[in-house]
This record gives sequence, structure tokens and C-alpha cells, in this order.
Amino acid sequence: MIEPSDTEQTPATTKLPATPGQTIGPFFEYALPYAKDGELVSQARPGALRLHGTVYDGQGDPIPDALLEIWQADEDGTIVQGTGSLRRDGYTFTGWGRESVDNVGCYAFTTVNPGGTAPGSAPFIAVVVFTRGLLNKLHTRIYLPEDTEALAKDPVLAALPEDRRNTLIATREANGDLRWDVRLQGDRETVFLSFPGA
Amino acid sequence: MPDETFDDSHVVVSSDAAADTQASLSAEIQAIHRSYRDAVAAGAAEETQPRIDFAPYRSSILRHPTKDLHHADPETIELWSPAFGQRDVHELESDLTIQHNGEPLGERMKVRGRVLDGDGRPVCGQLVEIWQANSAGRYIHKRDQHPAPIDPNFTGVGRCITGADGSYEFTTIKPGPYPWKNHYNAWRPAHIHFSLFGTDFTQRMITQMYFPGDPLFALDPIYQSITDQKARDLLVARYDHDITTHEWATGYNWDIVLSGSNRTWMEDEDGE
Repeated sequence: MIEPSDTEQTPATTKLPATPGQTIGPFFEYALPYAKDGELVSQARPGALRLHGTVYDGQGDPIPDALLEIWQADEDGTIVQGTGSLRRDGYTFTGWGRESVDNVGCYAFTTVNPGGTAPGSAPFIAVVVFTRGLLNKLHTRIYLPEDTEALAKDPVLAALPEDRRNTLIATREANGDLRWDVRLQGDRETVFLSFPGA
Repeated sequence: MPDETFDDSHVVVSSDAAADTQASLSAEIQAIHRSYRDAVAAGAAEETQPRIDFAPYRSSILRHPTKDLHHADPETIELWSPAFGQRDVHELESDLTIQHNGEPLGERMKVRGRVLDGDGRPVCGQLVEIWQANSAGRYIHKRDQHPAPIDPNFTGVGRCITGADGSYEFTTIKPGPYPWKNHYNAWRPAHIHFSLFGTDFTQRMITQMYFPGDPLFALDPIYQSITDQKARDLLVARYDHDITTHEWATGYNWDIVLSGSNRTWMEDEDGE
């Protein structure tokens, strides 16, 4: 386990040129998914919820061959550094999951609400999106909708216009599940992030 | 043929585009590259990554963000990566030639290299995943229906965990080139897909490794979506006779550099 307080941000000083990315292509489906890849926790665990949504292209059509990965803190805001993501035992929370969308562009993870990783911070889940047709990975975030005060103070959200910031905030459903869609283009295009040194 | 638009008929642009000739597609690529070189000559920054808006790759047209990426400082969870280890991956998973009862057909080869971060630090104990076509250019995937033989002794999927020096090694079969429907008579250069993690989640990447001297490079809109020749060259493995083994397998070397780490490195980590 690593205490989030151990981390500090420093400017990246990249000295070697980064290897370019390439598209995941159409044929990853037999290679990257694995048993229980999207089950960060067992459905039976108290607090387990479904994080689900649809991935759309620029015409508003669902994309049937995308892959999403999520990476998050546990409910207490602790960042876990335990192994075992590829061999889910139903008990070990590793904080990482992978889901390929189905034929109608839908994905669903089973996970828990992440806690805030610093006092007063807005809890979010880090996401990376891959799909055929997308020439490089895309990073984004899924924020929990509840703590509006923390959301208002969040540096990433605060820098975005209102209509765009909402693309990063999940909708809480009546049963506690989270709904969050990805739109690669269009009026409600999801905000994607770039980081220093990338 | 492996149909980029198989059962997604809604991707209108790409299915129509299959009528384009290689010559017109290549002319589009060359025009983009020419304007890139002119811009660099006029002082613009060199590009190091593929363009996500690259129309010669037809499937990208409706699948790339049109708004600029939002610059963000990575925070907390983004400064760490999920951890993988021997619990996740058996060491035999790095040999793609022993997954069935018989020997796969084709040129047996090894690919070996290191995963480094932008500061040249080895990325140790991290997951590397690969997938690829067989020697005939056929993937084990229902969407790949082009009439090349499936090899019952080759699946084309491997994994390993990097060593303390960031090293990885796979034993596999050299993949063949294969046709696709981006345009008429479109062929992809032979490649192996690589999926990589770093020390920070911001370094997560998926890419493709190519082979030296492939005659299809100039024709391929996916490879050419990287407009800078120096950057493109970074995806080409080097033939290495020291990795080649006597009467057994040819050898290639390919190092992968992830983007810079944004995490403050603590002494105990740096000392590993």
C-alpha cells in the first residue's frame, strides 16, 4: 500500500524520445480480455456497484470494438499496489480493470466508489480508451457526482467550460450504479487529457 | 478479408472509402507529410506521436476527438500504475510457440528489448502483452475471415513481466502481412501489437512493432499516421544476430520508451 501523501508533482524532464503509440486495431478481442477482467470486486461485496455506459463515434453510433481500462483508489482513497489483477480471486482489490465493449458499444465494470486521495479532493477514476480507428490511447477521468464542493474546486474541472466539464462527471442511478458514456466526437465530445512529458 | 467494417455498417465513411486506390491514398499521405515537413522547416515542433486526426486511415475519421486534449497535471492515482507480478503471468506465457500440441508453421523468432521511461530508467516488474497474426497473416479472430490458413498450433497471444533491468523477451513466429479494407488492395506491414504499462498510469500505451525493410511501410496509413520519419523509425525492430540462435530462431531487438514519469522518485525506488 502506498500513502498518496508520498507523491508530489514535479515537471517531467524527458530525455529519450517516446516510442509512438498505434491503434489497438480490430483484433485485440482474443488477446487482451480475460476472465473477470472488469470485476474489480465481486458483485456480492457490500458497496459493489456497476459502472457502465456506451462508447459513441462522431455520428452518435455506438462503437462495437473499443477497450476501456480503469484505475482507481479503494473506498478509503488508498492507492493499492497489490498484484493479481489478471487472476481475480474475488477478494483482492487491485484497483485496475479492463472491459471491451459489446456489440452495441456498452461496457460495464463491477467496482466500488473510489475515495478521495487527498483531504477535500474530488474522487475520480482514471480511464484510458482504446479503439479501432483511434490511432493513440486517450486518457480521461470519471468523477463521482456527489461532492459538488470538491468538484467545484477541482483544478481540471474548474478549467473547463460548464458544458464540457459535465462529460467527466458520472450520473448516479437510483440503485447506486454509475453511468458514464464516452463520446469521441460531436456536441458532447468527452474531455480527453494530455499530461506533461507525453 | 479482415474487414475493418465487418458488422459495423454504420461506419459509412470507411466502407465507401474501400473504393479508393492505393495511389490516391498514398497521395493523401504524402500531402500531409509534405505540409508537416514544411511546417518543421518553418520552425514548428517535431511530432513524436501519431496524429489521431489522420484521414487516410478511414476508420479514424469518426473516431478521433476534434477538440484539443485538455492539458492536466496528473494527480494521485494517475501518478501510480497497477501492479502485476508472477502471480498474474506464468513465465511460459512469453513463448507463443508452445501453446498447442505441435509446432507452429513459419519463421521462429525471438524479440527482446527493454521498457524504459523517458529518463532512461528501466520499467521493472511490469506487464507486457503482445498479440499478432500467424505466419500467413491470419488472426485468430472471428472478424478476420481472409482466406489465409489458421494455424492450429498458433494463437498469437503472449505476456511477460519485465525484469529488473526492464527487459522482456518473447519467442514467437514472424507474422505475415495481411489485407484489410481501408482502401482497394490495402495491406498492412507485418507487425506485433504491444501493450505496455509504466510506473505512472499516464504512461499506459498500446503500439505496434514492425520489421526492418518492410516494402509496405510507405503504403500503410496506420504507420504513416506518424508524420515524422525519426518517430516512425522508433517502431521498427532491429535484426540482431546476437539474439539469433544456432539452428533455432532469428532474433530481433526492440526497446520501448514510455513518456516521462511525473512522479517524484523516492530514493528506495531509484536504487532498485
